[in-house]
Amino acid sequence: MSSLALGARAAVVSLAILAMFLAFWHLGTLGTGPGAVMDSEYAKLMGATATTGQSAMPGPSQVGHKLWEHLTNPFYDNGPNDKGIGIQLAYSLARVLAGYAIAVALALPLGFAIGMSPLIYQALDPFIQVLRPISPLAWMPLALYTIKDSGLSAIFVIFICSVWPMLLNTAFGVATVRREWLNVARTLEVGRFRLAFAVILPAAAPTIMTGMRISISIAWLVIVAAEMLVGGTGIGYFVWNEWNNLSITNVVIAILAIGVVGMILDQTLGRVARLVTYPE
Amino acid sequence: MSIFSNSFDPKAKLACPCGRHKSLAEHQAHTQLPTAEDDRLIRVVDGAVMRALFPDDATRRGFLRAVGAGTALAAISQFFPLAAAREAFAQGSKALEKTKLKVGFIPITCATPIIMAHPMGFYARHGLEVEVIKTAGWAVIRDKSLNKEYDAAHMLSPMPLAISLGVGSNPIPWTMPAVENINGQAITLAVKHKDKRDPKQWKGFKFAVPFDYSMHNYLLRYYVAEHGLDPDKDIQIRAVPPPEMVANLRADNIDGFLAPDPVNQRAVYDGVGFIHVLSKEIWDGHPCCAFSASREFVDAMPNTFRALLKAIIDATAYASRAENRKEIAAAIAPANYLNQPVTVVEQVLTGTYADGLGKVQRVPDRIDFAPFPWHSMAVWILTQMKRWGQIKGDVDYRKVAEQVFLATDAAKAMQEMGLAPPDTTYGKYSVMGKEFDPTKPDAYVASFAIRKT
Repeated sequence: MSSLALGARAAVVSLAILAMFLAFWHLGTLGTGPGAVMDSEYAKLMGATATTGQSAMPGPSQVGHKLWEHLTNPFYDNGPNDKGIGIQLAYSLARVLAGYAIAVALALPLGFAIGMSPLIYQALDPFIQVLRPISPLAWMPLALYTIKDSGLSAIFVIFICSVWPMLLNTAFGVATVRREWLNVARTLEVGRFRLAFAVILPAAAPTIMTGMRISISIAWLVIVAAEMLVGGTGIGYFVWNEWNNLSITNVVIAILAIGVVGMILDQTLGRVARLVTYPE
Repeated sequence: MSIFSNSFDPKAKLACPCGRHKSLAEHQAHTQLPTAEDDRLIRVVDGAVMRALFPDDATRRGFLRAVGAGTALAAISQFFPLAAAREAFAQGSKALEKTKLKVGFIPITCATPIIMAHPMGFYARHGLEVEVIKTAGWAVIRDKSLNKEYDAAHMLSPMPLAISLGVGSNPIPWTMPAVENINGQAITLAVKHKDKRDPKQWKGFKFAVPFDYSMHNYLLRYYVAEHGLDPDKDIQIRAVPPPEMVANLRADNIDGFLAPDPVNQRAVYDGVGFIHVLSKEIWDGHPCCAFSASREFVDAMPNTFRALLKAIIDATAYASRAENRKEIAAAIAPANYLNQPVTVVEQVLTGTYADGLGKVQRVPDRIDFAPFPWHSMAVWILTQMKRWGQIKGDVDYRKVAEQVFLATDAAKAMQEMGLAPPDTTYGKYSVMGKEFDPTKPDAYVASFAIRKT
């Protein structure tokens, strides 16, 4: 069977799974018909969940309808607390890229140094292992308290959470460059600087890229939590604001948007990773 | 009016002077300020001008009697720019140190004056360009205020006291120049507790309140303690952000909450809870949320602070009138502010609401707005902080109350605006039938059988 046929068959199965999921979702959220009997003045003051027995969970058609509204007008601006989903995503992306860029700028050189020196590697390892598993939400109060600026705090939290995988992967990649290649370079009396850039960097590049790819996913995970906590702008704030309104429809849409953007970020770095990988 | 239209055309219709409206009538409808306020401001200015021109009472009265007030003002306006004076007064008389301000708020109806002042133009009328920023929770509003990201903020009235005392944060001199709202909270229980209306049946219940330093916490504790339950032993009280309360009530994680609106009404609207009692029934006229600013802001920018305070008092006075409530509900319900269905906000503000038990209730003062920061209210809050062990040792109730609650500033601002502030800053209250005397706070704390100290 050719790979094209396999791809086509996989697509069919994917679509079937999606259709089944939507069908179950639709059936699961159908209303139960009229709710309790109440007089008309009272009923006017109540929501649809109470009067018509409508499920608190929106159905796929409601979500689709609302999604269309968001997609047709993604950049509206109704003041500081009500902006289109496109603007919110742009704010979040800007924060993620800023925090991530700082993390890259620090993790790559430092990771290189750690990887080249077994002493630094072992000395720093305990600190990295302790700091690595700390949740972004735990950093937030500390950041707000010390940095005294919520925007910078959000960027700091992205930085601190996304730096570790890059640092460890870079260090690991650099430390495990094949001995023979280093030995050949040494025989040819290559200078330290040239050794780092001409031999070690290309050899470690695939591992470094893997680290960067893990980090961007983490950064995107972190931003939603951070923005829900400090509010203001961004897709995380959007989720919080719609939660405040108990609008599950908009929360579902936000989740969808977060997923799609996360996938795009990951795929982009995946492409770059393929460029720097070479067959041995 | 378009710049391309012919201004010499004699047949041209009388159009709107600012150019933003289709007709003169529409322009007037949009630009006219709420008339009652306008009249009041104009009276204040005219009175001041008359008094300045004729300092002698007898001469002034004589002159007015002779020609009539209208003619007198018309005559004066020939040589004195009365219109400009009225405008200057509305804009605030002194140069503002800063006109662009950021004010944080939590999306609840307690913040009504702070929020509505933006869409309804109260900030603009006092020469300020204020951005009102929705904030995710009380701890965040505290941190952003301490970080000076906000010039002023909506807080729970115990928070400025707690911040000044250093309870739950570093001690930083904080002030509360105005009360946002009185009443406006409720105890809401899950629908399944419909038949447990007697608090004695609540042993083991889990309750939520928005923050530890909140009237909600003190009122809930007071209420259950009056019914013989120890809030620290017989029930659980957790701090939960308001939006999570309804979700938690639906998920059966909590049995009820004492929360700000629109959360209570939203629980009813969604069919998951019913309103057990309004906070008004615990203490009619209790303060709840506050307009607050740091002592540093008050001292460093006195004119800006004054203009901001006036805008808030102005909005609060407007909000206190029942006939304006529907208009306010429509102004603050959109996504940029409360992000709630209009009918929910309207039920809270008008007091005609579904109680969750099948009845339509009519309580016009379910929530009310009164800006004056009574020192006695601060003393009551401090007695409860003391009662529940939040502050330990001796407290100089009067001193703290007078440092934080800026009753003098509020009274002065109110007077300048033609409103009548009370003569005293200490009043007696009756909370669930029990008298509170602000001159004997320690005796009041000691009089409770259930307390932590």
